[in-house]
Amino acid sequence: MKRSTIIAFKTLVWLVCLWPLGRLLWGAVTNNLGADPTATITFATGLATLRILTISLAITPVRRLSPRLNWLIQFRRLLGLFAFFYASLHLLTYIALYAGFDVNAMAADIAKRRYITAGVAAWLLLLPLAATSTSWSIRKLGGARWRNLHKLVYAAAVCGVIHYWWQVKPGVRTPLTITIVLAVLLIARLVFGWMRQRKEHACTA
Amino acid sequence: MLIGKPPGIPSSEITPQDQYLNRRRFMRSALSTSVAAGAAALGVNRIAEVLSPSVSVLAGTKLETVPSPLTTTGEQLTSLEDITHYNNFYEFGVDKDQPAKNAGLLPIRPWMVRVEGKVKQPRTFDIDDLLKLRPLEDRVYRHRCVEAWSMVIPWVGYSLSEFIHQCDPLPSAKYVQFLSYYDKRVEKWSSESSIFWPYSEGLRMDEAMNPLTLLTFGLYGEVLPNQDGAPVRIVVPWKYGFKSAKSIVAVRFLDKQPPTTWNDQGPNEYGFYSNVNPNVDHPRWSQRTERRIGQPFYAQRRTTLLFNGYGDQVALLYNGMDLRRNF
Repeated sequence: MKRSTIIAFKTLVWLVCLWPLGRLLWGAVTNNLGADPTATITFATGLATLRILTISLAITPVRRLSPRLNWLIQFRRLLGLFAFFYASLHLLTYIALYAGFDVNAMAADIAKRRYITAGVAAWLLLLPLAATSTSWSIRKLGGARWRNLHKLVYAAAVCGVIHYWWQVKPGVRTPLTITIVLAVLLIARLVFGWMRQRKEHACTA
Repeated sequence: MLIGKPPGIPSSEITPQDQYLNRRRFMRSALSTSVAAGAAALGVNRIAEVLSPSVSVLAGTKLETVPSPLTTTGEQLTSLEDITHYNNFYEFGVDKDQPAKNAGLLPIRPWMVRVEGKVKQPRTFDIDDLLKLRPLEDRVYRHRCVEAWSMVIPWVGYSLSEFIHQCDPLPSAKYVQFLSYYDKRVEKWSSESSIFWPYSEGLRMDEAMNPLTLLTFGLYGEVLPNQDGAPVRIVVPWKYGFKSAKSIVAVRFLDKQPPTTWNDQGPNEYGFYSNVNPNVDHPRWSQRTERRIGQPFYAQRRTTLLFNGYGDQVALLYNGMDLRRNF
């Protein structure tokens, strides 16, 4: 892959990832965030988090399909950080617009409401990953330890989807699509892992 | 003697505007379905659109109304745009903007309301007779959704009690059940959720007889837009919005509490009573505050009032009841 092509792709990824935020900012400026702006902001930031996180999780399984797709790895960090960025905006929406910065109300919510517990857990799981996203961190931690730490992203994604399900009314199935995509990606991961283990086993036998 | 008999067309022969518009819609759908697919159909649809523009959103028929002492004062009304484009009407889709797009298919004429159960004589009311039963009143009410948002809506209707008097319920009638229109061929979005249709809601008899409970035919002085529950719905302003059944086709008088849709879906989340109560949280969110629709995001939040602020008129109904248990 030529360097200029990568730069073009990176620009595209930036634009696509900034699109949901751009729409919200434009809506806020033009007073056009729908009838329930608080809900619009909450839903848009939450959905962007889950979508970008899912795309970042798709990179490794897709790369495995062909060595010619190896260049995709260069986008994983960017996508992961954008997912964390939207997760943080989502959390901030809750803190400011729902809890009104009331610490007691937040503590009560986290203790009592399981969908908030799951959401906060997802954000807390993403936090160390964002913090160790630099090349320096990878060197410092060592590849194996860094990879193990970053497996937390699966737990974060699962918490995120559970948070979505627990938040919708019973009987509503809107989180189904993202759940299926995520499930396929997790299963692909398990299948690839199992195949590699068998290959290694065959080599050592 | 013929003195005083007005000349011209008797009122019984004048086609109501709704029906007239409905016929055009029928023609439009007949046209577009009978013509072969592709560009030809598109062209015909466009012609039909010119013949009957935007019937689906607002029939626009003005209603003759009188003022009411039961109207809520001192609140800024939610805009007609928001009232008609931010709806929960799951038969037409689970997203808030879907009912405005899809509810045009609701066949609002002819429309009959069946009265059955514990009554002297089961009978059926035509919507056009219901409209004339009592003078239609302008009633502004706060509307608080269980999802913690709220509106202020200028409804048009008369007290449900006036209608119940006409139904002659037996003394054994302790509850009233309302059933909404359901046809899965029309409301094909109803399968998006796992709700068991038709939508059912209910009230205790004394709640139904409270003068605040409104048999509703319009809003903002005009007939109800389809997405808001045309042609007739219930409005119970001191309860969460889902208690106010839309597009009702049957009123049943019962001796025991009827099954109700959201209570069946999640008995621990949606009680039969579902009175607006800031002190009883929904299991998944607090009900202490609400977001007023149509306000900017930094100014939406406000305190939720017990019985949605209608305690003076309705608190008596629940004397001696534990509102935490009977949520």
